[in-house]
Amino acid sequence: MKVVVKLDSTKSKKKSFIAERSESISMKGHQKSQVKCDTDSVAGSMSQRACVFCGARVVLNPITDAIHLVHGPIGCASYTWDIRGSLSSGSELYRNSFSTDMKEKDVIFGGEKKLEQAIDELVDEYHPKLMFVYSTCIVGVIGDDLDAVCKKKSLQYGIEIIPVQSSGFIGNKAAGYRAACDAILKIIKPEETTSQAIIERKSNCKRVINYLGDFNLAAEAWIIQGYLKEIGIDINVTFTGDANYEALKKATDAELNIIQCAGSMTYLAKKMEELYGIPYMHISFLGIEDTKESLRRIAHFFQNIELEEKTEKLIAREESQIAKTLHWYKQQLQGKKAAIYVGGGFKAISLIKQFNEIGIEVVMVGTQTGRKEEYDTIADLATAGTVILDDANPSELEQFMTEKAADLLVGGVKERPLAYKLGVAFIDHNHDRKHPLSGFIGAVNFATEVHSTVCSPVWKYV
Amino acid sequence: MTLNYKSTNENPCNMCMPMGGILPYKGIEGAMVMLHGSQGCSTYMRRHMAEHYNEPIDVGSSSLNEKGTVYGGEKNLKQGLINIIMVYEPKIVGVLTTCLAETIGEDVERIVADFLKENPDVSSTIIPGSTPGYGGSHFEGYFTTLRQILKTITKATQPHEKLNIIIPNISPADIRELKRLLDTMDIKYTIFPDFSETLDRPYEKTYKKVPEGGTTIKEIEQMAGAKATIQFATTVEDALSPGKYLYDTYGVPLYNLPIPLGIENTDLLFETIQQITNLTMPDSIKKERGRLIDAMIDSHKYNAQGRAVVYGEPEQAFSVATLCLENGITPNVIATGSKTTKLSKLLQPGLKRKLVNQDAVNIIQETDFSVIRAAAVEAKANIAIGHSDGRYLTEKEGIPLVRHGFPIHDRVGGQRLLSIGYLGTTVFLDRITNTLLENKYLHYRTNMYQEYYKKAKTI
Ligand code: SF4
Repeated sequence: MKVVVKLDSTKSKKKSFIAERSESISMKGHQKSQVKCDTDSVAGSMSQRACVFCGARVVLNPITDAIHLVHGPIGCASYTWDIRGSLSSGSELYRNSFSTDMKEKDVIFGGEKKLEQAIDELVDEYHPKLMFVYSTCIVGVIGDDLDAVCKKKSLQYGIEIIPVQSSGFIGNKAAGYRAACDAILKIIKPEETTSQAIIERKSNCKRVINYLGDFNLAAEAWIIQGYLKEIGIDINVTFTGDANYEALKKATDAELNIIQCAGSMTYLAKKMEELYGIPYMHISFLGIEDTKESLRRIAHFFQNIELEEKTEKLIAREESQIAKTLHWYKQQLQGKKAAIYVGGGFKAISLIKQFNEIGIEVVMVGTQTGRKEEYDTIADLATAGTVILDDANPSELEQFMTEKAADLLVGGVKERPLAYKLGVAFIDHNHDRKHPLSGFIGAVNFATEVHSTVCSPVWKYV
Repeated sequence: MTLNYKSTNENPCNMCMPMGGILPYKGIEGAMVMLHGSQGCSTYMRRHMAEHYNEPIDVGSSSLNEKGTVYGGEKNLKQGLINIIMVYEPKIVGVLTTCLAETIGEDVERIVADFLKENPDVSSTIIPGSTPGYGGSHFEGYFTTLRQILKTITKATQPHEKLNIIIPNISPADIRELKRLLDTMDIKYTIFPDFSETLDRPYEKTYKKVPEGGTTIKEIEQMAGAKATIQFATTVEDALSPGKYLYDTYGVPLYNLPIPLGIENTDLLFETIQQITNLTMPDSIKKERGRLIDAMIDSHKYNAQGRAVVYGEPEQAFSVATLCLENGITPNVIATGSKTTKLSKLLQPGLKRKLVNQDAVNIIQETDFSVIRAAAVEAKANIAIGHSDGRYLTEKEGIPLVRHGFPIHDRVGGQRLLSIGYLGTTVFLDRITNTLLENKYLHYRTNMYQEYYKKAKTI
């Protein structure tokens, strides 16, 4: 194989781009073709993406009373310790990071024995009902039989030990989401039961739904639970914020699955529909318009007038409470321009709408793992000239934020210093935020945060 | 004392080798670095470093996928190099392996050699290095990489007057303090690596992809001809020691010292400088020393009540433990996640001299936070000194934490923490003493009430 580099330093502007990336970038109204997405990251492109293991870990980690054991070398466990600001109403076990801490000899001779011992030690110490064993890159390569070890130990202790097939190289973060959903499906599988029993159980439960794709960051799942309770709907299980073993076991009791984070949970919802006949619907509690619409759609599902009335009452009350505050923020922020670079496509879509609600135009939208349908929606929502890009890197973000004169970037931890170095305001939309962005209260928090950064006096000095 | 468990690490106190290998490249002028492995490794490390330094941290990845893992990652690695060289135009590109690349047996040296042959246009120096994540902690990754860089770049040169100053992972603020001290004495030196400017940049209007600053290639080349090397790496094994490499290969005299943190360690630095250069401590620095002593007197009685848990990289743990000892704080638990035979040995003389009860001190290597936490509770520790992951000690056990070292990811300003030299020690010591005081005042009333009023009532 021969590859030749042509270093041409005269075309300095073009150098920010890697040729293979050109199809992953488009500009609304200027291009016929869609952005290319769901591909592997280009080597050396400085992708902001994480790996399969990370995808699985962030989805499963909020399950509070489980042992999360990383089978692999120490770094993987170290970097993902307590990775999310997910809150728990009970056990705190999930906030520990357990690792088999594989060393060279485990790589050479295989790590199964060490894994078995680690499981023994953890069962002995914590007596968990549920344990997840995550595979990392090298486990996939050396071929440790995770399934066999988990099965053996599961039988030995009479608890559920679930293998999570999350070797880092088998795809991108989205593959990790799938691995997590597969692990969840193993747990929620109801015990051998007659179809009659399922029907009975279903007829007993009234207006019970599962909430998929909320990780209870800064109490977000609890906020939504409050709204739904008020209108007469109970949340059965949240996947996975503040979930625990007992709750997961009842997952099939629900009449409906609603999905907030589509990227991570659509697969699970589809599977649950296929296996247990539970229908699903995509909703979003980010931003006022989405929150209102979602509440209405959920209420409508149950075809009950009283329920719909209660929903309208709740909406009217909550909206009137925040109207004045939001109006003020909107006046302050009118005409500012935002850039978005987040993990999933669904989040990006919500954000575009949310920015519109507070008078801000979005000039750049990108995601790490957005899917084709989501990019279609993004393209619909975006105004002409908006840059849309998949799996971007710092160099591209810098280029477009500057070109489009964005006043603000929404992103994760890695993007923050970049925005600040460019003298641009920044909004954290990441795992460890400490204030809720969901629901009506979240809409106010969002506006407050945007205002605090866009209108900060600090920008006078740059 | 070792791990509770044989096969489980519960809440790691260390990170993996490539993480340590990234840092040196951030301290070399015009350098970029790339990990050969799956995308996740580099993203995690970038995130960790971005949080600590509050600076953009670009680290490339060869983004190995399934195909690359099965058939070899050569194509990815070469493509990655091309893209990085095109976008960043670096003078140096460090290539570090990860667990994955090592496990599938990638020969990065050979691949890089081929790459250079195939691409004669490339003028960047490419330095391959082996840093399997399972081969050691980030501490070993750091020194291995420094040594690797020296091996590749230094060459026999005319002897000159400059000193080599080889530093461990200290903050950019500390590096600047070190430079200030040396500049005050008019000493000519090469700091290796020097990330004081690159990882703590002033705000400036035009953003630079590869930030300015860092040790230059020319300086590194000439380290072979230096008058002497001062290296702050007493706990580092010879096989990993960059200073030892310069001594063995070019005969540069090596002075291996502890980090100049605390009065004795800083004195040692100035004594060493005098030995090498004949220069004595200037008055302005003498005054700083005097102020430190004054601060120590001010706080010695409060500190005498300190029962500390000190943890982190071996070199940091050593210097902080000695700082505790010279201020009357008992370092009851001294712990590191890295494997080191030297830490315990180095600490013994100090412990013997300064403590009535040396058995009260628990030195733990290759450990995790489950062990550190248990040891801290047993020792009734009232202060912890170390990186952010110890926040767990505060949350679970109410032991206040003075943040020091790497990573600081739950507070702002890890890059600005100053703790070396007489001045830095004074600032650091005040943070420690005040944390002890704050903790004492916070609990004083309830403690006394519980201890005496309640007791008296129940008698
Ligand atoms: S331990 Fe290995 S696989 Fe995990 S982050 Fe470190 S280098 Fe990557």
